[in-house]
Amino acid sequence: MNTDMITELRKVNNMAVEFNEPRETLLSIRDLHVWYELRRFGFGHAGYVKAVDNVSFEMAEGETVAVVGESGCGKSSLMKTILGLNIPTSGEVVFKGKNLAKLNTKGLRDYRFEIGYVQQDPYGALPPFMTVQQILEEPLIIKGVRDKEERLEKIRKAMDEVKLYPADDFLPKFPHMLSGGQQQRVVIARAMILSPKLIVADEPVSMLDASVRVEILKLMKALQEKYHLSVIYITHDLSTVKYFSARIFVMYAGNLIEKADTRQLLENPLHPYTTALLAATSDPDARNADSFKEVPPGEPPSLANPPKGCRFHPRCAKAIAGLCDEKEPVDFEPIPEHFVACWLYQPK
Amino acid sequence: MTTSSEKLLNIENLVLHFKTSYGTVQAVDGVDFELGTNRAVVVLGESGCGKTSLSKALLRLLPRNVDKYSGKVYLQGQDVMALDDEEYRQNVRWVGISLVPQAAMNALNPVLKVGDQVAEPAMIHLGLTKAEAYGLVYKMFQHVGVPADFVARYPFELSGGMRQRVALAMALVTSPSLIVLDEPTSALDLLTQANIMNVLKRIKHELGTSYILITHDIATSSELADEVAIMYAGQIVETGDAKDFFPAPLHPYSQMLMASVPRLRSESDPIFITGQPPSLMNPPSGCRFAARCPFRFEKCSEEPPVFQKGKRRVKCWLHQ
Repeated sequence: MNTDMITELRKVNNMAVEFNEPRETLLSIRDLHVWYELRRFGFGHAGYVKAVDNVSFEMAEGETVAVVGESGCGKSSLMKTILGLNIPTSGEVVFKGKNLAKLNTKGLRDYRFEIGYVQQDPYGALPPFMTVQQILEEPLIIKGVRDKEERLEKIRKAMDEVKLYPADDFLPKFPHMLSGGQQQRVVIARAMILSPKLIVADEPVSMLDASVRVEILKLMKALQEKYHLSVIYITHDLSTVKYFSARIFVMYAGNLIEKADTRQLLENPLHPYTTALLAATSDPDARNADSFKEVPPGEPPSLANPPKGCRFHPRCAKAIAGLCDEKEPVDFEPIPEHFVACWLYQPK
Repeated sequence: MTTSSEKLLNIENLVLHFKTSYGTVQAVDGVDFELGTNRAVVVLGESGCGKTSLSKALLRLLPRNVDKYSGKVYLQGQDVMALDDEEYRQNVRWVGISLVPQAAMNALNPVLKVGDQVAEPAMIHLGLTKAEAYGLVYKMFQHVGVPADFVARYPFELSGGMRQRVALAMALVTSPSLIVLDEPTSALDLLTQANIMNVLKRIKHELGTSYILITHDIATSSELADEVAIMYAGQIVETGDAKDFFPAPLHPYSQMLMASVPRLRSESDPIFITGQPPSLMNPPSGCRFAARCPFRFEKCSEEPPVFQKGKRRVKCWLHQ
């Protein structure tokens, strides 16, 4: 009986995992390097932290992409560069044919109207002294929507989209009066209110409870489909990725090491690091308690002084001496549309 | 005294209520469960269901605004609730039960060397000299996988995973029979998380320690669980063996909670639980999950007793 009910519930909030056919390129990243300069005593040069190193990818309009990696791998630096908050050391971020580095202040402002940002910690992302109405109104004021009625109408529409209703109950509330899930809905509404083309979601559900997590992911997926949005979903949780993204990029120590279709990557991971990540992800199963997990030894390298050659080689069981510790791997394509930066897949 | 000797821990009707200016918060309301030696129980529940308060109640780490604190807690047959605070501090805390608090890696003292911090409980509770305590520190560091030369380092010199291991070593150094782990892996990276789980499993095998693992991360919790206890709105609604629980939970809340977990190796679409847990200030009479439960019926307006189903126990009228 209970299993039936669960199946029934699945139908009610079911959302087919289908992905829209990608269209024209929306965002393209070419040879991006984001390095932060280290200084000694405040002025002497002491090297660089190579947070993003030689990253390139393209994203089509309406495409969803997940960037997966551990903390400190450069996910956030990549994201901030896409949002126009970091200036790349070299390389280009091209959005709708416009190079971000060549935009003037006005151009950059217009660019920011087209991207939305969903932060990780909803409570930290919402100013505690502003009501929901003020929070959602601010981007509209900055964009220059003068008419108060029009602003209010847009706010109501956005709140309806994220299922915060009745809207009038929520408008005068302060963030601390909302639950975590509701706060995250306000953050999503704020990101959506200017009808952006691209949403960057930085671990949007990692601070939420398990039951709410799925709800928020489904909400974001529904909005993505409805408005044909492009979404960059940054996460460390591989188990949620397949419900949300069409492609996965795996990042390690500032490099994109594997790029593939979601299903393809989850079923057939190529890079030893990706394999390790997948093996370390647990599904709830009592049998897990009987065995140990295989985890590569050591920790991710310091980005100020990354190892020579492949950055994963000190932890890699399959490292080839004389190659992996000498030469940085390039992208190979052993399977069509499945790219991996690993010498193991060098064509013979 | 009254309980059988194989049971390490037996909790009967544990209650912890807090006073606030708005009313009484019933954070832990009549919790019963038992745990055998060298077993691990996972207490699962959403945030705000009273998980952390349960760990505080067990260790008697109470804030000032306690309204009601009662029940029976037997540790190796001894009723520890009957002890006064000083006896409890001397005989139970650290020696019998120790705690790895939430975000333990940020709970280390930043101005003390980690070796000194790990040695401190051994010096205070076991009455060892610093040199003797350091002997134990080296042993514990080996158990948790921290290089021995890290004793002279400060917390900021260690990564998150290493600090978590140090916090674990601190809980282990007095060789307690039970360790309460409050969200031990929630702030860590995936690979670090798997590593810490491996360490916990190994310690369980090598030292025979029991664990109470408090978490909301269902998938990771299955790595360690021998038994599962599901907590909802201050009450335990289901307990049972992990091998029975994970494939087929009994309570509707447990079923929906399990169905909400995104899985890597299965095609099933996760569901979510509509509505929100009730306020613990003024919980509904009857079953506390009734408002969100798809199976509710007339009976649910009365508080369900705990029904025994084989070795499992469930607090739900459906299993009458």
